[in-house]
Amino acid sequence: AIFSVYVVNKAGGLIYQLDHYAPRSDTEKTFSFPLDLVLRPHDERVVVAFGQRDGIRVGHAVLAINGAEVNGRFTADGKDVLEFLSNPANYPVSIRFGRHRLSSNEKLMLASMFHSLFAIGSQLSPEVGSSGIEMLETDTFKLHCFQTLTGIKFMVLADPKQTGIDALLRKIYEIYSDFALKNPFYSLEMPIRCELFDQNLKLALEVAEKAGPFGPGS
Amino acid sequence: QNSELFTLTYGALVTQLCKDYENDDDVNKQLDKMGYNIGVRLIEDFLARSNVGRCHDFRETADVIAKIAFKMYLGITPSITNWSPAGDEFSLILENNPLVDFVELPDNHSTLIYSNLLCGVLRGALEMVQMAVDVKFVQDTLKGDSVTEIRMKFIRRIEDNLPAGEE
Repeated sequence: AIFSVYVVNKAGGLIYQLDHYAPRSDTEKTFSFPLDLVLRPHDERVVVAFGQRDGIRVGHAVLAINGAEVNGRFTADGKDVLEFLSNPANYPVSIRFGRHRLSSNEKLMLASMFHSLFAIGSQLSPEVGSSGIEMLETDTFKLHCFQTLTGIKFMVLADPKQTGIDALLRKIYEIYSDFALKNPFYSLEMPIRCELFDQNLKLALEVAEKAGPFGPGS
Repeated sequence: QNSELFTLTYGALVTQLCKDYENDDDVNKQLDKMGYNIGVRLIEDFLARSNVGRCHDFRETADVIAKIAFKMYLGITPSITNWSPAGDEFSLILENNPLVDFVELPDNHSTLIYSNLLCGVLRGALEMVQMAVDVKFVQDTLKGDSVTEIRMKFIRRIEDNLPAGEE
């Protein structure tokens, strides 16, 4: 599975981002008072601090109350979530918990941070002319990165068992040079908002995924 | 693939610029500018498709330009000659230039550099891979010379905004 694609320009700004697949881990449950989970505010969200059951994990955020998506720390109709949930009169209540999805701003910031890490990685290299970070590996995903000679970075986050990502990165470079650069209305270094780029990228991701963990032709 | 449409399109472009600007010098500048905008985009297509790595000196660059790039985009392979002693200047000799098939320069456009777009393309493309170069036509079959000669001079490496790992 391929989770997402990021394209970063020469200055470290995120110019394209696509979430292709996100493992669904939302859980919606009805609760009666008192809530047996401990919730606390964290940044702009309300997260589970303690108490894990039925798929609800520590760190999961409150995504919706009674079917209506929350707006940060407030319910859809403007009430403070923690206050709402501490009032017995509001129960029984249905709450949806899940992993918080990154906002556009967070993605922008993370991409720019990766750009800096990439630069540090190259500087740490004992040999001159390092390719820079090519892969960042964790137990749940692998981040693959390819920097072109002109300084653009293409990044793909995928399942650790997914193969063929090197070829996919080169393919994304081709798709970029075709559908973004050859579109005269697209300005270099700016966010890519080209329909054809989207379509062809999604197609390329599907082809890479179908190839399976053993490479194309499997 | 038939290149007539390409030749005709380029011709239409040049004649329109001549109407718009009325003097050859301005047309030459515009062609260079347009070429530059093409070059900065074309370089990515070139790198994506040719899989060429970074060139480490100007000789490698000359080879890649003549043997791979020109072949890929114009179907011709110019020869590389007239290297300067310092190795920072060379000439590309084009036996034929697809842009000027069927073209004759009239007397009132004697200072027009018809194919100046190519100079801009080369300049723009190389700038994106951190090379500042000067590119100009020194011989032109349209002006009665026996060959078309493009002179390329290496000015400096562009040090600001280097991609990480290139220092």
